[in-house]
Amino acid sequence: MSRHGYRYSAGKLLRHGLTRGAWPRMWNRPERRDSYDVVIIGGGLHGLATAYYLAQNHGITNVAVVDKGYLGGGGSGRNTAIVRSNYLTPEGVAFYDRSLHLYNTMAADLNLNVMLSRRGHLTLAHTDSALRTMNWRAEVNKLLDIDSAVIGPAEVKRLTPSLDVSPNTRYPILGALYHPPGGIVRHDAVVWGYARAADHLGVHLLQETEVLDIICDGGDGPDGKGPGGRVTGVRTSRGDISSPVVVNCTAGWASLISNMAGVPLAITTHPLQAAVTEPCKVFLPTVVVSGSLHVYVSQTDRGELVFGASVDPVGTYRVNGTLEFTEELAGHVLELMPGISKMRLMRQWSGLCDMTPDYSPIMGHTPVEGYLVDVGWGTYGFKAGPVAGETMAETIATGRTAELIAAFTIDRFTDGDLVGEKGAAAVGH
Amino acid sequence: MIVVPCPNCGPRNSSDLRNAGELVSRPDPDTASLTEWRSYLYLRENPAGWVTETWYCRTGCRRYFTIERNTATNEIRDSENS
Repeated sequence: MSRHGYRYSAGKLLRHGLTRGAWPRMWNRPERRDSYDVVIIGGGLHGLATAYYLAQNHGITNVAVVDKGYLGGGGSGRNTAIVRSNYLTPEGVAFYDRSLHLYNTMAADLNLNVMLSRRGHLTLAHTDSALRTMNWRAEVNKLLDIDSAVIGPAEVKRLTPSLDVSPNTRYPILGALYHPPGGIVRHDAVVWGYARAADHLGVHLLQETEVLDIICDGGDGPDGKGPGGRVTGVRTSRGDISSPVVVNCTAGWASLISNMAGVPLAITTHPLQAAVTEPCKVFLPTVVVSGSLHVYVSQTDRGELVFGASVDPVGTYRVNGTLEFTEELAGHVLELMPGISKMRLMRQWSGLCDMTPDYSPIMGHTPVEGYLVDVGWGTYGFKAGPVAGETMAETIATGRTAELIAAFTIDRFTDGDLVGEKGAAAVGH
Repeated sequence: MIVVPCPNCGPRNSSDLRNAGELVSRPDPDTASLTEWRSYLYLRENPAGWVTETWYCRTGCRRYFTIERNTATNEIRDSENS
């Protein structure tokens, strides 16, 4: 037995293949205790990563991760699985680059193949102003030792032959920000890897356990909630759990949970739609992003093209698809790659994004003692999952805000010290 | 698709309008503290349920108006504030 329980290997694969023996369950369904040292709300990538690093790096194992549904059922299983670190602000670049490093060694660290493919990431520029932002990003990136450069249309064509780089299109490709370490990962495997490792280290994964209220004491608001108070536990659909530390990792639902502690957030929830085509022969070697056309495209190992867009303009918790999205997406993708006009879309879905005014997350301690947030993940939560877990675990274990997330604390909205990442974090602007 | 009833232009697809977000009352800039002002700028209730919000009829009458919408279902009803 390894530190992650049943160890996966080529030998095991061969043995199970020959004997058709059942694989052991990746994690358990434990009976909940009445009290934990840390309760993490939200069993997605961020919650599970936080639990894993608490146990692995800091030896804090009396931890519960509670989720109203199943693990990875929210944004962790709905994103377009892109990882990169070519952000705009120095704070953002340092943070996301650490995440990329953790992704690099994840398969070995978690003993699960997460199918990381560092295939290169192209952000296309269709206007002079977009090209100017690319140059700005490239210079910030280079200063921080990130592999990132602006390239011309000929080089774009060489890297990705299916793109139409002719000057006769409505949105001609003037250049691109090329980021070779960027790529895609199998997002479900990342969730399973953290869940399995955390479970083995003693963390309780409590699925189908909905948090109905956060129990506080001594605060300014009703029921002792709000600034000045402290957290004593959570009320769930399966009874009360007492805990001195409660962490909100609920992404799109972050405001609903945070309001339970009397801590309003600078967040509005918007759906983001994505779609996937039928599989075809591999022809797209890079991840292609276009800010002006509000679209990003990559091809999975199965050959399907995965498309993502910008968030829907109307804030809502409803996740149904719209015809406007499909029409716009198809038009924009064909503008870039006219050759795929005969391909059919197979599926369309959406996930909830917790958007902040500056396109940066809200992390760390809050005015309520013991209540921490890891929210505001908007459209960039997947790529940040590992580093968010690592830094949140450090913040919880040491009581001090980890250095990498010092710029992302909740105080920045009252201090007026926002971290403007819109130019590099979103495609819709 | 969300159909928004503009008081001047009648029912229109939400993509014809701009959603200006939930209604927040603007404090007096001369007397508001910095914290009050920044709360007004950034903090939102963001409920999953009925919310009073402002819309801008950008392709029609170009007027702002207020309605109530259920953010869990996108059902819409008239607001007493309109």
